[in-house]
Amino acid sequence: MSYLHEISEPVVEVQDLNMYYGAFKALDSVGMKIAKNRITALIGPSGCGKSTFIRGLNRMHETVPGARIEGKVLLDGEDVYAENVDPVRVRRKVGMVFQKPNPFPTMSIYDNVIAGIKLGRRHKKSELDEIVERTLNQAALWGEVKNKLKDSGMSLSGGQQQRLCIARTLAVEPEVILMDEPASALDPISTQKIEDAIQDLKKSYTVVIVTHNMQQASRVSDYTGFFFIEEMGAPGQLWEFGETERIFSNPKRKETEDYVTGRFG
Amino acid sequence: MSQLRRPMTGRFKRRRIMDRAMTFAAYACAALAIIPLTWIVIYVFVKGIGVWNARFFTQLPALFEAGGVRNGIFGTLEVVGLSAAIGVPVGVMAGIFLAEYGDNILGGTVRFTADTMTGVPSIVVGLFVYGVVVLNTGGAYSAFAGAVALAILMIPIITRTTEEMIRLVPNSIREASLALGVPRWKTILRVVLPTALSGIVTGVFLSVARVAGETAPLIMTIFGTYYAISKNIFDGPTTTLSLLIYKLGGAPNPEVVKVAWGASLLLILIVLGLSLLARLIFKGEGAKF
Repeated sequence: MSYLHEISEPVVEVQDLNMYYGAFKALDSVGMKIAKNRITALIGPSGCGKSTFIRGLNRMHETVPGARIEGKVLLDGEDVYAENVDPVRVRRKVGMVFQKPNPFPTMSIYDNVIAGIKLGRRHKKSELDEIVERTLNQAALWGEVKNKLKDSGMSLSGGQQQRLCIARTLAVEPEVILMDEPASALDPISTQKIEDAIQDLKKSYTVVIVTHNMQQASRVSDYTGFFFIEEMGAPGQLWEFGETERIFSNPKRKETEDYVTGRFG
Repeated sequence: MSQLRRPMTGRFKRRRIMDRAMTFAAYACAALAIIPLTWIVIYVFVKGIGVWNARFFTQLPALFEAGGVRNGIFGTLEVVGLSAAIGVPVGVMAGIFLAEYGDNILGGTVRFTADTMTGVPSIVVGLFVYGVVVLNTGGAYSAFAGAVALAILMIPIITRTTEEMIRLVPNSIREASLALGVPRWKTILRVVLPTALSGIVTGVFLSVARVAGETAPLIMTIFGTYYAISKNIFDGPTTTLSLLIYKLGGAPNPEVVKVAWGASLLLILIVLGLSLLARLIFKGEGAKF
């Protein structure tokens, strides 16, 4: 089922996307439009292909041995899977924050932030300083680390590490930021800070966030996609998509309603 | 009587005795295992420390009196240094290949070859280098030929430890870098290698320590006479501490044999020092993830 009609000017348009791990089909025929400067939440039970789906958007899926993909992912109208498209360039436009905070262990906080921009053209020191301060501010971490930028990224708490990873992603200046359950490994206070940061990001970025937490989806997102598998071993499907308010208050399909009201999942 | 406090009789007593006996046996065997090393170190120290004086470090060996081992010290540093210069880049890069690109037939072949090569007797490697290098350079024994032999012994060890260490780097860190739009090669160079560095350096040090004491392959590649000390690394026999120990240890004059003990002590301390350094590096830098 496709819900392409709801968004008129998408940044990302996914058409008939099928994703595989070897012989296993993980995702079946997903179509979705992702609105610019909006937050799109993806919810659904475990193993229904949400994480796989967002890894398809920035070509991270293909880093898994045996992984395969069919269909189109248009970024500003351009298919990221077309021939001659360099996945490296796609990933610079579509950044990603992972479930578990993963700062680079050998780098300082400062170097972690600029890790992604140190290739390409050379930046002046003052430019880098400015980027570090701006992105750490956007990630709501600056105040906590401004006096210890030379410390190892590993010296931070889990929540701080995750915000550092968000800053690192922002420094590359992507158009779209994918977040794979960014707060699921964190305590409520850290979660709150991350959610606040995500709300602020909306002004300049498009955010897609996978979450298991339905309150989180309803709190932060503008649009919600519900993924579902009909039975074990079947591929995941985009079961329902729409404005978050509508999905939570007036879902069209029974499974969506069961899930958002907490009857399963 | 309570259930917990049974009298120590019958099978309970037997179990307790067995437990004690086995624990004791395990401790005893552990102690036994370290006896040879401590004994060797002490024995060599007692026998060798007596000849350690200025002459020992600065003179060439003498036939009928206690000389020095200057040429051996120089030769060991020269040959081992050269072999590291050849073996470390090859070994580390092969290890990177195995860990990052080696999940295929080529990788499997390289891995199997490396594992087999660690088991090849070092004298066979010496004979091989004699045939391939020495005979093809006009029968010239040289420090270079010796270094090739030691490098061949070193490469499989470095390759496999480098691979293991790189595989220990969590995949999440590679993904983080790739997701930032950093190309694969730059991810390996800037993120994966620094994370695995302490482990790789440890492997390098251990492999250098392992070949520093090699003797057999050097007999056929650098030859090793009493006085040999060639200025040209590609031509002319030279010697190392290990070869001098072999030569001087068999000398009829007891004063000369004492010098061999002194050289043994020096060689043991070099190897021990390298191993210790390797451990320090691993402890200080390792386990960051």
